[in-house]
Amino acid sequence: MTTTAGSRAVRAARVEKARRPRAEALWGYAFIAPTGLGLAVFYLWPVLQTAYFSFTEWGAFGGHTWTGLDNYTRLLGDPEVGRAMLNTLAYTALGLIGIPLAIVFAALLNRPGLRGVSVYRTAFFLPVVTMPVAVAMLWRWLYNGDYGLVNQVLATVGIDGPNWIADPATAMYALVVVGIWSSIGYNLIIFLAGMQAIPKELYEAASLDGAGRVRQFFSITLPMLSPTAFFVSIVSVIGSLQLFDLVFVMTGSGQSARANPAYGRLQTVVQLFYERAFVTNDRGYAAAIVIALLVLIAGLTILQFRLQRRWVHYV
Amino acid sequence: MWKSARRGAALLCAALLASACGGGEQVGSGAQSQEKVTLSYGVWDATQQSAMQELAAEFTRTHPDVAIDVQLTPWADYWTKLKAAASGGAAPDVFWMNGPNFQLYASNGVIKPIEEQVDTSVYPKALVDLYTYDGKLYGLPKDMDTVGVWYNKTLFDAAKVKYPADGWTWADFKEAAAKLTDPDKGVYAIGAELTSFQEYQYNTIYQAGGYVISPDGGKSGYDDPKTIEGLKFWTDLIAAKQSPDLKTMTDTAPLQLFEAGKLAMYWGGSWDVAEFTKNDYTKDKVDVAPLPKGEKQATIIHGVANVMSAKTEHPAQAWEFVRFLGSKPAADILGKKGPIPAYNGTQSAWVGAHPELKLQVFLDAVAYAVPYPVSKNTAAWQEAELTNLTKAWTGEVPIEKAAADLAAGMNDLLAKE
Repeated sequence: MTTTAGSRAVRAARVEKARRPRAEALWGYAFIAPTGLGLAVFYLWPVLQTAYFSFTEWGAFGGHTWTGLDNYTRLLGDPEVGRAMLNTLAYTALGLIGIPLAIVFAALLNRPGLRGVSVYRTAFFLPVVTMPVAVAMLWRWLYNGDYGLVNQVLATVGIDGPNWIADPATAMYALVVVGIWSSIGYNLIIFLAGMQAIPKELYEAASLDGAGRVRQFFSITLPMLSPTAFFVSIVSVIGSLQLFDLVFVMTGSGQSARANPAYGRLQTVVQLFYERAFVTNDRGYAAAIVIALLVLIAGLTILQFRLQRRWVHYV
Repeated sequence: MWKSARRGAALLCAALLASACGGGEQVGSGAQSQEKVTLSYGVWDATQQSAMQELAAEFTRTHPDVAIDVQLTPWADYWTKLKAAASGGAAPDVFWMNGPNFQLYASNGVIKPIEEQVDTSVYPKALVDLYTYDGKLYGLPKDMDTVGVWYNKTLFDAAKVKYPADGWTWADFKEAAAKLTDPDKGVYAIGAELTSFQEYQYNTIYQAGGYVISPDGGKSGYDDPKTIEGLKFWTDLIAAKQSPDLKTMTDTAPLQLFEAGKLAMYWGGSWDVAEFTKNDYTKDKVDVAPLPKGEKQATIIHGVANVMSAKTEHPAQAWEFVRFLGSKPAADILGKKGPIPAYNGTQSAWVGAHPELKLQVFLDAVAYAVPYPVSKNTAAWQEAELTNLTKAWTGEVPIEKAAADLAAGMNDLLAKE
């Protein structure tokens, strides 16, 4: 008897204890509701709809018919999908060079006593706040084979530069340079914040032990920055896989992009999605393409989280 | 603390509600009061906006109970936005339509066929055909354009080549092209452009006696030897270095090269008159001639039409407006500043605006003009045209092979329509 009464009291207390946080949790939910609702209505619901439409044939003006896995079987046999995936992965991989570059620049900017730091920071960050379309237009001119500044400079040292973005051999590299140039400021700011969070005592102790600047950078700064680098690599991989605007404007806007001889090297997955959805009115297939991209992004992100154990040091 | 938090939450909710309402207001502004109706009119060309506004005002003067709201959407977004609006049943009551998109809209029942008897003999027949689907007329032609050879007189004089004249042929063209090319000065005869089939490939295809698409819209013409002849016209010019290569034209469009004095000729539409009379370099150096004659004489004709949304709430008023836009008074207003009006006999104002240029060339071309080739999903095989022909333009693949691949791809796409 006593045991049941006792256990009932305990249970009551437990319930009481659980209820109070629940009331507070309710307020928590109320506060995230605006964002949560927005996310649900403008992101989650469209994602679910896209997933559904990827199993249908869906024309220009709505009206869809269920076609099962047709879009996915077509996708597997479509050489353009394979090509676009390879291009996108190549861009993503090459774009990772931007991370060590950003760390180096951040370390240089983080040197104590450096004059005009804010000028440098602004200079590095400016491309980030500039519209991607404007950036792409500007580089299009710079890269122009006959009249571009890049080739004019090369001509002064006797090099006859190519048509950077119209030549299949150079187009991807030219694109990656712009991608890194326009994202380095963002990564740099994050790395700077990460560096400033590293305790000064570590450096003091290291210099007492006789470690020089370079040694300190490799033994303290780099390991302590690894969580930041992990974050930056996750974000840049996702961003690179979704590359669209830069390529869209730099290859030539819209459909005429296909008249660019280097288009086969530049076409990205999102660009192919755009063409199927908005140019050739093949929206069900476009949905399948973008779902495949979603799977690729999820896969690479999971892989990165798995691999982080090998190189990320949390303090 | 709690009070302010609660107030904050209330404010947030209010803001959300307000934004939700704000989004909904755009739809259906047409039906505000019973006696006064507002029709929305979707257009894409900013340079014609004032002419459209003038037409709208003129229509309201004679129809005081109908107001027109001219809605300008820039070309780059026009079709994407229109498709989205039409899917949601919110397309403008009346809007501009072009050839490549027409059958897509007509076959999906997005636009309304014209039920009333219309005298179509006042418009060029090619344009009436362009906007007829399944035997029904869907739009009244608003304007028209044909293609001619714009040429740089200074470069012709420098190379001592006679200006192109009426009745000149492919042979004359090729002879002139060889003389006009001057590698030392970086001057080419012409740019074999790949991004405007309307001004380049389609013309030579029909001049060679070929075709792009069969009259029933079911079969590609790209495997026809004569069609290939029409394409070879251009790849030969690139191979002979009388045209810049595709890489160069990707970096700098032929229009820009022509305006920099690097091309002696530029095949361009009648719409280019606005560009060339304004540009400081070209304004006193260029004139225009008819396209050279191949096996046949041919030019592509295209024009915009005014169509009605199938879901308009005011079909009677919308038709009144479309009929007015297709009338002679409307064409007279348009011709004063806009493109060439489609209404026969109203084009003299357009020709007279620039007596220094032989603009009559574009009107004379109507007699032998071929309509812009289209089908139900034109955009799909237009993409295939670029994908396949790019390879021939770079020289990677012979033109015969590229054209055969294109024909196969296009036939697959047409079978799906």
